[in-house]
Amino acid sequence: MLTVLLAIGILVLLSLIFGAILGYANVRFHVEGDPIVDQIDAILPQTQCGQCGHPGCRPYAEAISNGEAINHCPPGGQATIQALADLLDVEAIPLDGDHGTETAKRVAVIREDECIGCTKCIQACPVDAILGAAKQMHTVIADECTGCDLCVEPCPVDCIDMVEVGVTAKTWTWNKPQGIAETSLNIIATDRQAEVVH
Amino acid sequence: MQTATIFSFHGGIHPPENKAQSLQLPLGKPSLPRELILPLGQHIGQSSRPLVKVGDSVLKGETIAINNGFLSSFLHAPTSGTVSAIEERLIAHPSGLSDLCIVIKPDGQDTWTTLAPLYDWQENSRTDVLAYLSEMGIVGMGGAGFPTQVKLQGAHKNPLTHFIINAAECEPYITADDMLIREKTLELVLGIEILQHLVEADNVVIGIEDNKPTAIAALKALITQRKSKIQLAVVPTKYPSGGEKQLIQLLTGKEVPSGQYPADIGILCQNVGTCVAVHDSIYLGKPLISRFTTLTGDALNAPQNVEVLLGTPVAHLLDYADSAADKLHRLVMGGPMMGYTLDSAAVPIVKTSNCILAASKKELPAPAPEQACIRCGMCEQACPASLLPQQLLWFSKSQEHEKAEHHNLFDCIECGACSYVCPSSIPLVQYYRHSKSSIREARESNVKADLAKQRFEARKARQDAEAAEKEAKRLARQKAAPSKSAGDKKAAPAKVAPTAAPISDDTKKLKVDIAIGKSKLKKLQKQLLEAQEAEHVEDINALQLHVSEQEKNVASLEEQLAKTAPAATPAQAPAAAKAPVSDELKKAKIDVALIGVKLKKVQKQLEATPDDQELKDKVASFEADLSKAQAALSALGASTPAAAAPKAAISDDLKKLKIDAAIAKAAVKKVEKALKKAEEIQAPEIDAIRQQLQEAQKRADDLEKALLNPVSTAAQPTAKTNETATNLDADAAKKRKIDLAIAKAGIKKAEKNIALLKEQGKDEAEIKASEWPQKLIEAQNKLAALEKEQETAAPITTAPTVSPAAPADADAAKKRKIDLAIAKAGIKKAEKNITLLKEQGKDEAEIKASEWPQKLADAQDKLATLEKEQGANSDTATVKSAKPEPKQVEAKAESIATPEADVATQVKKQKIAAAMAKAQINKLTKRLESAPEDAEYIQQEIEATRQKQQDAEALLAQLTHSQDNT
Repeated sequence: MLTVLLAIGILVLLSLIFGAILGYANVRFHVEGDPIVDQIDAILPQTQCGQCGHPGCRPYAEAISNGEAINHCPPGGQATIQALADLLDVEAIPLDGDHGTETAKRVAVIREDECIGCTKCIQACPVDAILGAAKQMHTVIADECTGCDLCVEPCPVDCIDMVEVGVTAKTWTWNKPQGIAETSLNIIATDRQAEVVH
Repeated sequence: MQTATIFSFHGGIHPPENKAQSLQLPLGKPSLPRELILPLGQHIGQSSRPLVKVGDSVLKGETIAINNGFLSSFLHAPTSGTVSAIEERLIAHPSGLSDLCIVIKPDGQDTWTTLAPLYDWQENSRTDVLAYLSEMGIVGMGGAGFPTQVKLQGAHKNPLTHFIINAAECEPYITADDMLIREKTLELVLGIEILQHLVEADNVVIGIEDNKPTAIAALKALITQRKSKIQLAVVPTKYPSGGEKQLIQLLTGKEVPSGQYPADIGILCQNVGTCVAVHDSIYLGKPLISRFTTLTGDALNAPQNVEVLLGTPVAHLLDYADSAADKLHRLVMGGPMMGYTLDSAAVPIVKTSNCILAASKKELPAPAPEQACIRCGMCEQACPASLLPQQLLWFSKSQEHEKAEHHNLFDCIECGACSYVCPSSIPLVQYYRHSKSSIREARESNVKADLAKQRFEARKARQDAEAAEKEAKRLARQKAAPSKSAGDKKAAPAKVAPTAAPISDDTKKLKVDIAIGKSKLKKLQKQLLEAQEAEHVEDINALQLHVSEQEKNVASLEEQLAKTAPAATPAQAPAAAKAPVSDELKKAKIDVALIGVKLKKVQKQLEATPDDQELKDKVASFEADLSKAQAALSALGASTPAAAAPKAAISDDLKKLKIDAAIAKAAVKKVEKALKKAEEIQAPEIDAIRQQLQEAQKRADDLEKALLNPVSTAAQPTAKTNETATNLDADAAKKRKIDLAIAKAGIKKAEKNIALLKEQGKDEAEIKASEWPQKLIEAQNKLAALEKEQETAAPITTAPTVSPAAPADADAAKKRKIDLAIAKAGIKKAEKNITLLKEQGKDEAEIKASEWPQKLADAQDKLATLEKEQGANSDTATVKSAKPEPKQVEAKAESIATPEADVATQVKKQKIAAAMAKAQINKLTKRLESAPEDAEYIQQEIEATRQKQQDAEALLAQLTHSQDNT
């Protein structure tokens, strides 16, 4: 009897101690916010374009964490969908065409001689990448432009073009090799042509 | 002379050296080419900024481009001549792309600029010498082109144990460094001594492969002769012992940790070419304008090393080395292992070009087709960086960049040893390069995304802060308001002491106060409107209080004014009585708007959860409130015109009525929208909303009727009194002018609508069927009548009428300009569409069959007429504006200035609204074309938008009218 009581006593004591430790740890190492939202937000391209139907990337990240589909982000494209699928351990689905299609990277360019200085685009720009003042010509800071298209709509004189960012020698990247060619399948290694001859 | 111990590194290969060919001939000196092409980005980092313009003449050694930031370099003219162009030219780059280049046309004189050598470099501070080297454009000549001063600065992070001079030159074919050591042994050693002084290294080791006996002998002799402490380490020939990390391992036995630089373990590496360039710049003052380059390959009849000016086109060197065009199969810049194929021989030699390999087909055959990896492991045996090439290949192929990075992909030096040994001819290096660039791209876009996020968050924080500031101000004012208004009321009667002389002064002051108060009021109303749009409930409350406060202020001021000047303008007395009414009116309006916003919000919620009974109740209660408020509003609105009998107050009332009408219209629109929404979700309160709509429309009609009445009543009495008093004549003339302007605006509107219809692709018949042409004719008739009337009235009232005409003219001119711009835009659009059609491959007939050419012609016609009109009008305008006496103009300007500005902003707003509605219509029609199945719905939407546009235009006309009035 005593052994049983002793065992129970010890177990109760232990559970109290561990409970206290856990309770303390919960307070001491409390994590503010929702880390999964941060992780999703980090994957999203931060164009703040609103094509997903949310006012910015973070709200969409929150929506995803609440179960919205991961394929509503055209600027991120398939790569973002893949990354989100990996993170959330869901299946990567193709981009939802209702929200737009994946395009090459673009920046807004204002045809400056046509600008009437209405400041509408400045108010629309989510990243403050348009410079100008009322009745003064506006211009886009190309490096800061995320290509979100939000400034195109409000322009009363349609003087904003979305221009594709071309490839320069600095931004050029190597192509992926073609891979194993169909015709070479029946060639064995020793058949290959002569190497550098001297 | 000491001999250093030699260690060894993992892997490496022994490809055929092929170095003998280019060492047969002595160092060559090619002639001046026809032009020198100097790319601005010859180094790692930011491209240089050009200092010269096209047409400038430059001397040899003159700076033509300066550094652009920290990691950048200078650029100098390699010979004297003129800058013939600064443009995009093909550059030596694996992509075969172009980049900005300075093109110099040599004058053949080769005149040096004044050289300023730095003989006393030992006395100068280290920083000064480094700055001097930077200005001399010295970059690493080994291949990467890393700015030397940056590398030397970095070397001081850790105490330096070894200073290694890289003379290994391990890549097949290349002998440029070998030749450089033979030709410039003394310069090399002196350069090493300068660098040694700069970096304060104990051990200086020259690492050289044992396949360069002549160079080794020359160095040995000189070092012994100078009793220098420089060590010479002869390393066995193995590719790639010339790699920086491999040479360090060979000479020190230390491995540079992954992701770090040699400087992190106290080692600095410099190429022999760099040392010679440093010597030339310090002792001779010569900037880096030439380099040693190997010209080799089977396709050259005279392979050799040359000292070539930077910017010399490769084609020129091929000619110099007597290339056989029929044998030339592949042109490679760099060696066969790490070089890249050039698409064109027009590219220039840059600071990092160490070899031009003009290979025959036999020499560099096309790569064998890639086959499957057989996991033989030979690549691992060959890898000098001790990586797992096979593993990296899998990850690269499957785009698993993260895993590739984990396997230290970025430690790969892209030496090509793995590809060389691969029995399956897999282009491993190209896979790695592709992966590396993809990863870099991803990193860059991550950085950009972070930046965008920061900016977005900063913007949001700023907007929030602004809102909070407004809120704080509101609270402060709310506290101050009761005491202040009490003080005002007390002060007001005291101020209005009816002494005869200061009356006019007081009046003026009060008028100014009123004007200021009104402008403030308008500003606040605008903010309120914005807040309502954005549905910030707190803001709305705050702003509402501001507005009512301001209204009170204005009302009290107006009261004062009325008291101050009862004798001068007896008719203004009713203004005081009217003021509270308008006050209440405004309050009622605000109530309506607020409830409307709340209602909208709740409806939105309801949309999300249609079954929520509570929300439905809320909607019902809000709707009740709304109708109550609207009833109050309409009651007030009805009382306003009744109170507004006196004629002096008429224009004021008129304005107010117009605004009321506009608001009522807006309300109608809002309710319409709500109705549509309700229809969409099939909510039960459709009937209620419909009823509301009818009410609102009725009210709007009432208001418009009311609006018309005062106009006529205002016109008639003034017409009667016209003959009796001359100052009333002026009034009448003004009114007539206004009528004229309205008629003109009506015509213009009709014209615009017709043009719009045309743009929308309606054909003539449809346009005729619409009401606009009819309206146009009516308006034109009216205008003619008015003009006749004006003419008859004109002789009596010439002097006063001129001054108000001037601003109206200016307005008209502005309008005309806008019309012109629209017409131009129309032309552009038509042209664009035509080109688009052409691009789409439609033939001429089809294009002609389409509406666009017709439209283009129409638009052009219109533009021409408009331009003519403008020319004519600007003449008359200038004449007219020249006429009025300056005094009158000034007086007018004073009274007009503030309200006009406000009205102008509203006018602009309406214009923009109209333009946007138009754009919307265009968009919808486009959508209609693309999605015919939704035709009915889209048609409806188009109708709605058109209605909106017309409303906006009507409002615009009213505003311009009221603008003329003031």
